[in-house]
Amino acid sequence: MSRTPTAAPVGALGQVARLLTLVPFLHHRDGVRLEEAATLLGTTPNQVVQDLRVLFMCGLPGGLPDDLIDVDLDAIVSEEGSPVSEGVIRIENADYLARPLRLTATEASAVIVALRMLRDTRAAGASPELVDRVLAKLEAAAAIGGAPHVEVAPSPRDAEQVVVAQLRALVEEALAGSHQIRLSYFVPSRDEESERVVDPHGIVNHGIFSYLDAWCHRAGADRLFRLDRITKAEILPSRTTAPVRPPRDLDDGLFGDDTGPDSTLVTLRLAPQARWATDYYPMRDVRPADDGSAEVDLVVVDRRWLVRLLLRLAPYAEVLQPGEFTEALTARAQETLRLYQ
Amino acid sequence: MPAPKSERLLNLLIMLLVQRRPIAKERIRELLYPDSRPDAFEKMFERDKDELRSLGVPVEVAQIDPLFDDEVGYRIPPEAFALPEVELTPEEAQVVGIASRVWQHATMAQATTDAVRKLSAAGIDVDLDALEIARPLLTAEEPAFERCWIAVCERQAIEFDYQRPEAEPMRRHVQPWGVVRYAGRWYLVGYDADRGAERVFRLSRFLGEVRLVGHPGAYDVPPDTDVRQIARRMAPPTPTATAVLLVRAGAGHGFRRTASRITTGVEGPDDLSGWDRVEVLRATQGLADEVLSHGPDVVLLEPTAIRDQVVERLMQVAG
Repeated sequence: MSRTPTAAPVGALGQVARLLTLVPFLHHRDGVRLEEAATLLGTTPNQVVQDLRVLFMCGLPGGLPDDLIDVDLDAIVSEEGSPVSEGVIRIENADYLARPLRLTATEASAVIVALRMLRDTRAAGASPELVDRVLAKLEAAAAIGGAPHVEVAPSPRDAEQVVVAQLRALVEEALAGSHQIRLSYFVPSRDEESERVVDPHGIVNHGIFSYLDAWCHRAGADRLFRLDRITKAEILPSRTTAPVRPPRDLDDGLFGDDTGPDSTLVTLRLAPQARWATDYYPMRDVRPADDGSAEVDLVVVDRRWLVRLLLRLAPYAEVLQPGEFTEALTARAQETLRLYQ
Repeated sequence: MPAPKSERLLNLLIMLLVQRRPIAKERIRELLYPDSRPDAFEKMFERDKDELRSLGVPVEVAQIDPLFDDEVGYRIPPEAFALPEVELTPEEAQVVGIASRVWQHATMAQATTDAVRKLSAAGIDVDLDALEIARPLLTAEEPAFERCWIAVCERQAIEFDYQRPEAEPMRRHVQPWGVVRYAGRWYLVGYDADRGAERVFRLSRFLGEVRLVGHPGAYDVPPDTDVRQIARRMAPPTPTATAVLLVRAGAGHGFRRTASRITTGVEGPDDLSGWDRVEVLRATQGLADEVLSHGPDVVLLEPTAIRDQVVERLMQVAG
């Protein structure tokens, strides 16, 4: 992603933003310790001391001693100059900063959408009535001109997508520390779940799916794992042992290098009703025809996978070659049909 | 030695906030930028104002004297600056704490956290320990999401390349009205300047970068716009049904993983293995495909209309 205009401000601006939150926080509470303030602001006690040293130099125009904000630095800085986490922060002469800044449009909409999501999914045990009360109060407080129109209708896919996003973050973390990952993986072609330890290379996107490219210690080879089929993942303390390399570039076809002795090149004709498959499954070549159908080539390693795919697309996928798959499909369909009779 | 920038920004903010009347630029210069040359002051002051505004501080330009309009000054109205009073019960404050965990998206999570910090600073005791039990519920994987969200918040026009299925990508120019999440996807609703009409765009079909065009606040969203309703009209809901299946023992994990009920050891259509009865809520679209892919390991009992489709499709390939 490129520029992130709403990211937390850094440098001088970040310091001002923190102080505009810290001063009212102190105003509303007694005996706030340096450590608490750091937790609130998501920063370190040392940073809070530096922020307060700036505040100490600010105040009403005029520059008379009474005009300046007073900060009791002795209580939060030791004689050696290091921050005292347990020290209580005291400031005076800053009443005009007693209220925090209004919520920005982005902040207000982010928190309101989050609350609606809590309400509509009944997550975290909060009753819809309770969340509605909070929403009404915050919407009143955040009343900003041209409040953004954001609506979220929860769906079962939200949970899956959150899981994938969390997996991405987990893989990034493992990569950064060169750690191995233990994962449970669901393999539809074998209709089974298996556990394995992998050395991650990275995440790659192809079509509408994302894959973890990794060295699989169980298979003793590089493998691609579709993220939405990883049912469990944890970072292990152990370090990766496979040679480090960037994730594969899948633009030239997903399993392009898998054309080994065990694999077969299969050509199918997909009727328009089955064309969606070209977005979902790795195709080596797609040759569209004028009538909306297409001829596609794909490399098949696991024959059961292909038969499952053909059944899924039945009767809109026709095997052009090799002929053995037509026979396998027919036999499987007859077997299944008998169960319905 | 000139004061550090954060000190200068904060002093500027305090000065404009506490004065009842707008303050003339020259006076600001005397008090806060005493050592700078006129052109350097102009530049620095412009930048400082912009930076304060980027934090959400309302720096306004106003006439100093209502009788003479030749001189303008600057002020920060306290009522526009400060968060209004918010009173939350402890129970309500806990809900706010949990809300800050809902987003699994870095920028939105940050924005929510910043909002919760401001509420804490207003005196509300948000229970941060409650966060441990909360799990994220919402994400936005589409790269275009962040720019679209900002454009909606800022009412700023955008342009982007959009690819509909089976079509060439096209450059689109849109005034965003809202973003909507529906059926697990993010959509942008807005006024399509090329078509001269309201349109809905699926964020996953944006190609490359979204560019902000023109100034914030450049247009108004029609007051009676109901973005959820627009999105629902243009992206009809996916009908769902409870599927009842017979599944061979040890097979059909895709159905079992999300089943609402599983009855083991029921009577099945053959004696080659044991059979289980599985109930699962599924979108009706694609259900026949999924059942078919399992071949003789899964038999669909209900809905009967889809069962008929499965049988019909099997007959066509069974020869």
